[in-house]
Amino acid sequence: MITGKRVLLQGNEACVEGALMAGMRFFAGYPITPSTEIAEQAALRLPMVGGKFIQMEDEIAAMAAVIGASAAGLKSMTATSGPGFSLKQENIGYAALTEIPCVIVNVQRCGPSTGFPTQPSQGDVMQAKWGTHGDHPIIAIAPATVAETYTQIIRAFNLSEKYRVPVIYLMDEIVGHLREGITLLRKEDIDIIDRKTEVRGGKAFFVPEGELVPSMPPFGQGFRYNITGLMHNESGFPTNSAEIARRLITRLMRKIDDNLDDIIRFEERNLFDAETALVCYGGTTRSVVSAMESARDRGIKAGMFRPITIWPFPDKQIAEIAKKAKRIIVVEHNYGQILREVERAAAGQCEIKFLGKIDGTVILPDEVLETMLNF
Amino acid sequence: MSTEKPSALISKYLRTQHLPHIWCPGCGHGILMRDVAKAIDNLKIDNDNVCLVSGIGCSSRIAGYMDFNTIHTTHGRAIAFATGIKLAKPEMTVIVVAGDGDISAIGGNHLIHAARRNIDLTVVVFNNDIYGMTGGQYSPTTPKGELGTTAPYGNIDRPFDISALAKGAGATYVARGTAYHAVQTIKMIQDGISHKGFALIDCISACPTYYGRKNKKGGAVEMMKWQQANGVSVEKAAGMTAEELAGKLVIGKLHQEMGVPEFTEEYQRIIDRFTVGG
Repeated sequence: MITGKRVLLQGNEACVEGALMAGMRFFAGYPITPSTEIAEQAALRLPMVGGKFIQMEDEIAAMAAVIGASAAGLKSMTATSGPGFSLKQENIGYAALTEIPCVIVNVQRCGPSTGFPTQPSQGDVMQAKWGTHGDHPIIAIAPATVAETYTQIIRAFNLSEKYRVPVIYLMDEIVGHLREGITLLRKEDIDIIDRKTEVRGGKAFFVPEGELVPSMPPFGQGFRYNITGLMHNESGFPTNSAEIARRLITRLMRKIDDNLDDIIRFEERNLFDAETALVCYGGTTRSVVSAMESARDRGIKAGMFRPITIWPFPDKQIAEIAKKAKRIIVVEHNYGQILREVERAAAGQCEIKFLGKIDGTVILPDEVLETMLNF
Repeated sequence: MSTEKPSALISKYLRTQHLPHIWCPGCGHGILMRDVAKAIDNLKIDNDNVCLVSGIGCSSRIAGYMDFNTIHTTHGRAIAFATGIKLAKPEMTVIVVAGDGDISAIGGNHLIHAARRNIDLTVVVFNNDIYGMTGGQYSPTTPKGELGTTAPYGNIDRPFDISALAKGAGATYVARGTAYHAVQTIKMIQDGISHKGFALIDCISACPTYYGRKNKKGGAVEMMKWQQANGVSVEKAAGMTAEELAGKLVIGKLHQEMGVPEFTEEYQRIIDRFTVGG
């Protein structure tokens, strides 16, 4: 492992390097722009550390292989983009119900459908939460820089292992293809979380009182059990019991809902006296920061709130901002997705305006500034 | 439920607490499940070292009943899940059990590509020519002209020969058994597991409830008798004309190719470049 060094990396490459630090030892993927470099880097790097890479026959198979490898004990990841993310959804739901840790990188591109394959977008924010059918737990993280792509992917793996939940790594074309100098971490600089593997209560999905996450003994190590995408009991056997199903789904949702402070991360800038709070994430961040600084130069009290964890959404933090600021401007590369979450969390406490783009072009600092000036 | 003590085979390989199984009376799947158990017993493979992967459908419920590392996955994707498991733990015996719709319709892509890779999986198809779980719709193996709930005027699709499909895609062991020909089928599953590479055993099952009733094939006994009457060994078939073979089931090892590199071993060789004096 190359560590402690200063290197120039593309966001997509940094994602793989961070994943390897987190302990990723399996990657299954399928080529798709603009995420392909992640598969390429994984193919190159994994065998060097004794890990496995496979290019599957399609996106669905890649997601399935990732879940299979994780069930057998390896930390596993796949990477895709728009259309591929759509294809993976059924199996993401399977991972959520069966509580198999995995990380799904989605380097967002401009959609819908084939759209603009090489152009940036943040149009999959809602899909990250609700893409698969049924109520299910999910975590989504959106890095804004190459350095953050490198460090937050480690968190993505850690959270996936800790809560046994699929984590969506919601990159975008801007962050994925950006090149920046970053400092690689050393093993001793980071905390790594591994799933619990000891058998408890004699049952695969047994959860002791006061806990929410079962242990996950890997296949092939002597504790034989069943995994199914059907509603199941603590043994992992299918059930038709409404009571067991209600308890299961409630527990799955509570894994997230009861741990918001552990899961939610965000960045705040200049919010202490801000009258105008800009809300952005991922690839829109640079333009927003630049516009905020220009606005400050002109005497406008502007600040920024940037969720790093997109799902679960930082409701509490938005509500606090809405209480203090006069207005919130939501900036995102879509038709208004996080906008609705902000409106919901702000609950009418301040004015809310939206700046979005759906044409594959980048939101520029001047456009953000203009929106502030014209509010 | 019977109070009779289960046989040694059942005690060793089935999760008896989850019995009785959900399959209909007369379904061929119970016999084929026994064949899988018997094959593993004959090979003396430790239960802990067996992973059984299934998709969705009647046959796929086998995962809950057999006492291995079992995973009941999504429709059509069992082979793709199994590929991840096998790559992660190449030392495990990984068996996929799937129905005809699961493996050759929604999962057809995974079937041909796993065969092409020659990854060491053993796919046991419980082929009953129908979608049973959903109530009798025609599948890719339903013969032309037969009835299904979605083929009320007779099936106009040409059926797949799953064995030929697997062979064409590069599978290095292919055999066809039936629920009736249990002794031979057990041997084929054994040989498929022992074979280093992608093996597929197309096991003709029987669905008296939906396929049999709809197509007036009689009950379970008549459907078994049909398998008995129409099963022709590979050896015997070699001396028969195409006309004589029409409507027959050729039973036995249909294809085996030795010496083809196996996928996980090939991958290990790449890893070894970095660890063994690479």
